[in-house]
Amino acid sequence: MDIKETVLEILNDLTGNDVSGAMDDNLFDSGLLDSMGSVQLLLQLQSELDVTVPVSEFERSEWDTPNKIIAKVESLA
Amino acid sequence: MLTFEPYGNPTYFALLGVALLPLMIGLLYGKRSRLYETLISIFFLVLTFGGSKWTQGVALIIYILYEVGLTWGYAVYRRHKNSGPFFYLMVILAIAPLTIVKVTPAVENGQSSLIGFLGISYLTFRAVQTIMETRDGTLKNYNLMTFLQFMLFFPTISSGPIDRYRRFEKDYRSVPSREQYLGMLQKGIRYIFVGFLYKFVLAYYFGTMLMPKLQLMAMHSRGGFLDLSWPVVGYMYAYSADLFFDFAGYSLFAVGTSYIMGIATPMNFNQPWRSPNIKDFWNRWHITLSFWFRDFIYMRLVFWFMKHKIFKKPTTTANVTYIINMLVMGFWHGVTWYYIAYGLFHGVALMVNDMWLRYKKKHRKSIPHNGFTQVFAIFLTANLVCFSFLIFSGLLNKLWFN
Repeated sequence: MDIKETVLEILNDLTGNDVSGAMDDNLFDSGLLDSMGSVQLLLQLQSELDVTVPVSEFERSEWDTPNKIIAKVESLA
Repeated sequence: MLTFEPYGNPTYFALLGVALLPLMIGLLYGKRSRLYETLISIFFLVLTFGGSKWTQGVALIIYILYEVGLTWGYAVYRRHKNSGPFFYLMVILAIAPLTIVKVTPAVENGQSSLIGFLGISYLTFRAVQTIMETRDGTLKNYNLMTFLQFMLFFPTISSGPIDRYRRFEKDYRSVPSREQYLGMLQKGIRYIFVGFLYKFVLAYYFGTMLMPKLQLMAMHSRGGFLDLSWPVVGYMYAYSADLFFDFAGYSLFAVGTSYIMGIATPMNFNQPWRSPNIKDFWNRWHITLSFWFRDFIYMRLVFWFMKHKIFKKPTTTANVTYIINMLVMGFWHGVTWYYIAYGLFHGVALMVNDMWLRYKKKHRKSIPHNGFTQVFAIFLTANLVCFSFLIFSGLLNKLWFN
């Protein structure tokens, strides 16, 4: 499965929403993600895609929309 | 020799203006003189920590050498090795001086520790995050001189905002274009003038004119239920207003001065009184502190708890971590029952807030959301916050135990 699909699946799972229709919406502003959700996201990325992101690498402004998250994960994979 | 509280009086601002002028001209012509920046930094540090406060100055120098030794030593070590226990030891050593300073008054009948100085907590935050980012491998090019400049950056040394090493370094190593710098200059000067209004007009009114009177009235109206009375309510609002205008005013001075020096130090407040809930409040109040706690305590603890599967449910993990996080913040303010109660109050408030948000998400259709509920949410949040500040103020301690 490719990265985009996996990330979207993780995000849908975490937020309880289908985010694929709003790829540039800010997930923190809409309340779909918070610090807790961010950490869960990082752990899921590690277990499902083997992408390791230390917590201090998580600069919120670089991870706040589905598109940005996918781009970030692709750059780290 | 005289000592000056940072941004404390007109003379300080006059000296600041004169000292910054050459630096401004330099930046306008695309030049950053490290030597000049270092000289004025030393000058203002001596103004703050010299004269009658020389013992604090000595404490500062020893502290800085100690933290430089730790961070530099760890950066060198981390290039070859990465042991968990060694990392924890380094973090403990880095916060040891602050811990001593915070605990001393509680065990020595209010006497302050000899190794303390104005701003030690804010410097500790900077040193600890440097160690943590070195451990994560996100900070690879530790530079001793940059670290010194970062720690001793005089506009923010006494009470923040708490910048991040990597963010500071990026600004410090570059020179803004003339257009960018003119924008920064304009903002910086505006911030300083808004700061004058906040700190010297509004905070003065609430803190110096109103609060002492209300406190006296509150002490005279004791005897009722929990010694509470209308003056206590008045004090609660006056104290909250003073706390906000005093600290937001100071922060505007610190950020404004940084901007004039071509460093975009992050803002500390973003309209906190319009937060619709406590969670949002902490994204708007003392932002650099709450984000520091979020990034270096809350998220790391949650990560650790979840990785080691300590709790079954993610919500339990979040709740336990909220309490720990806010209790640590309470202890950081000082080891007194009311600071710790304040931390606990906010930990519980965040828990309840999350429960409500989850409930709201589930019953989205049946819960109204309109202008009125929004105003009510803001009103409720502001009052809860003011109540927490009443605990924080220590007035209850005076009412009950004096």
